[in-house]
Amino acid sequence: MPDQLLYAMEAGLNGLMAGVMYSLVALGFVLIFKASGIFNYAQGVLALFAALTLVGFQDGQVPFAHLINAVFGTELHHFGWRLPAIVAIALAAGVMVLLAIVIERYVLKHLVNQPPIILFMATIGMAYFLEGLGDIMWGADIKTLDVGLPQGINETVESVTGSLLGYGFFVDNLDIVASVVAALLVISLTLFSQYSKQGRALRAVADDHQAALSVGISLRFIWVLVWSIAGFVALVAGIMWGSKSGVQFSLSLIALKALPVLMLGGFTSIPGAIVGGLIIGMGEKLFEFFIGPMIGGATENWFAYVLALLFLVFRPQGLFGERIIERV
Amino acid sequence: MRKTLTALALALAAATPAMAELVVPNLSYRTGPYAPGGIPYADGFNDYFTLLNERDGGIGGEKVVTPECETAYNTEKGVECYEATKGSGALVYNPLSTGITYQLIPKVSADKIPLYTPGYGRTSAANGKVFEWVFNYPANYWDAASVAIKYLLDQNGGDLNGKKIALVYHNSAYGKEPIRTLTELSKKHGYTLIEIPVDHPGQEQKSQWLQIRRDKPDYVLMWGWGVMNAVAIQEAANIKYPMENFIGVWWSGSENDVLPAGDGANGYKSLAMHGTGMDYPVYADLKQYVYDAGKASGAGDQVGSVLYSRGMYAALVISEAIRKAQELAGTSAINAVQLRDGFEQLEITQERMTELGLPNFGQAFKASCEDHGGPGAALIQQWDAAAKKWSLITDFIAPDDEVLVPLVMEDSAAFAAENNIAERCN
Repeated sequence: MPDQLLYAMEAGLNGLMAGVMYSLVALGFVLIFKASGIFNYAQGVLALFAALTLVGFQDGQVPFAHLINAVFGTELHHFGWRLPAIVAIALAAGVMVLLAIVIERYVLKHLVNQPPIILFMATIGMAYFLEGLGDIMWGADIKTLDVGLPQGINETVESVTGSLLGYGFFVDNLDIVASVVAALLVISLTLFSQYSKQGRALRAVADDHQAALSVGISLRFIWVLVWSIAGFVALVAGIMWGSKSGVQFSLSLIALKALPVLMLGGFTSIPGAIVGGLIIGMGEKLFEFFIGPMIGGATENWFAYVLALLFLVFRPQGLFGERIIERV
Repeated sequence: MRKTLTALALALAAATPAMAELVVPNLSYRTGPYAPGGIPYADGFNDYFTLLNERDGGIGGEKVVTPECETAYNTEKGVECYEATKGSGALVYNPLSTGITYQLIPKVSADKIPLYTPGYGRTSAANGKVFEWVFNYPANYWDAASVAIKYLLDQNGGDLNGKKIALVYHNSAYGKEPIRTLTELSKKHGYTLIEIPVDHPGQEQKSQWLQIRRDKPDYVLMWGWGVMNAVAIQEAANIKYPMENFIGVWWSGSENDVLPAGDGANGYKSLAMHGTGMDYPVYADLKQYVYDAGKASGAGDQVGSVLYSRGMYAALVISEAIRKAQELAGTSAINAVQLRDGFEQLEITQERMTELGLPNFGQAFKASCEDHGGPGAALIQQWDAAAKKWSLITDFIAPDDEVLVPLVMEDSAAFAAENNIAERCN
């Protein structure tokens, strides 16, 4: 097999894996949009906040230490413990549920029946607030996240492809874990929304708020539920991306990688987020491989959007999005 | 009553200048994606001036104030900060951003305020004949590129012929700075340069490192900043690239860059333009007058880190330039124009560095009207992941001025022609 073809296959395979990482972020957007029609601008910041909280708990960091020390003249920094990863993850998930309750009580409750643009603007405010809160709580320094996820080249894939094709492919162990986790998340979310009472209620709210309210479904409970789930998904995305780069404030920018995925896959489809991620991931990596060197490289950031726009020309609602027809 | 009020107003008027005589705005970034780099630099910068104020009563009897303005490493905000603070009697700016520097160069030239950009900014500003108000000693990007190549020459018995060197760079004005030098040096030394850009912020670099895995360059140089550094080092470890062959510029050589990769970062190298760590006498004074007195900047948790040391070094050079300007002007209450003279006639010897409690921390240099760039030498440091510590593995290496000086002259001449600047110092 020609070397170029092998290299292209490797780039494509890694693109699929990168796409799964984008999908993990996109899933949070889809969940909230599907249930409430809100485009949650704060989803990237939720991932950052969740990851900061996880590392903070794991390392036994005193939240708001800088503020407390400045006000009371103390020297508090750490509690002196290091929590097992699983306990820290559970606690961080708990904080995301609390955050969902606070968001519902102090933001969303007051905006019921407001136009979508108002809700969108509220999420922009939330994004900046949460970024500042995360800074004050945990500090802006870079933090190492270690929850025991494997990283580095997968030796099995390398040796199998090496013996079969004469060139050992690179696949990152972390990307493999991310793919498995994403698959489990999608299966769990699909089962939850199809077969649980709360899941059906969630779909009812997504279809029509007023009708759902009229049959006794609590809109407030559903919003807390969906923001909690989105918070958990953000935690998972934060763990995967944070393991790669450390936890630092540019983590919130991973949302930019999710936007073309949403445009392509549709804002209302969980499978769409996954398929969209795969197409974007593979498309951008192959474009960078074939065309990048001819035009100076670094094409991935903009090409993902070009690809998404191309799809939109033919399917404005995205590949899996619901076609909205408003009758006059 | 009227007399009392007049006396009070006069007393206030007399007291105010003494309280804020030397204004050195700190255009910092403590928020946003680049905050992990901006915070320690800003803390080191502030703490050094606090030390001078608390221990010596300021410089020449004048206290130094460092009003902070948050730029978030954003060029527009940086310019806003400049405009907002320049009226306060600002003596000098040090924005820690090449993008902001490029925007400020015409502004400081019009406003006659020095711009000090150690190790960053526009490289050809080293030519004082054209860039009257900009100073970038002790070293600049082109010096860094040349020092890296000289180090590699040393590692290869003086011969890089046929070698492949990849440059992984932040796809911005900053990241592109060394390309011209590395291209020129490739003609001289016969290596092949592979350019690999990474878009802001650099969170995803799979394509770039797959290319490196395929191309198998003998060495990888990196011009990164922020999260790009940490991700690149992690990806290099993932593809099992030999870390001892991976060298970053000094902006890719802080603890922030290597710690996230854990043991995988062991052996990674970077350039350094000063020493690091707390094994310097100045830290005893800092402890006594700043840290223990509760006057440390920020959370006080960045002390001794690479970027804290760099912020401190920038403050040291500025304070010495102020001292020189006071000496030249015969007054302690200098203005920005007088400080420009101080920068131009500044000489920092090793004896002076020892007096300041930082022996062998930085290179000795002497500026002049023509030379705003300094000697340009740099060290190489290597990361020990087990000890979580940088170790210097070379002495200062001088850059290849035979190649660099013509490049600086060419670039600055082009700038002078574009902006109708007549050469000075003649």
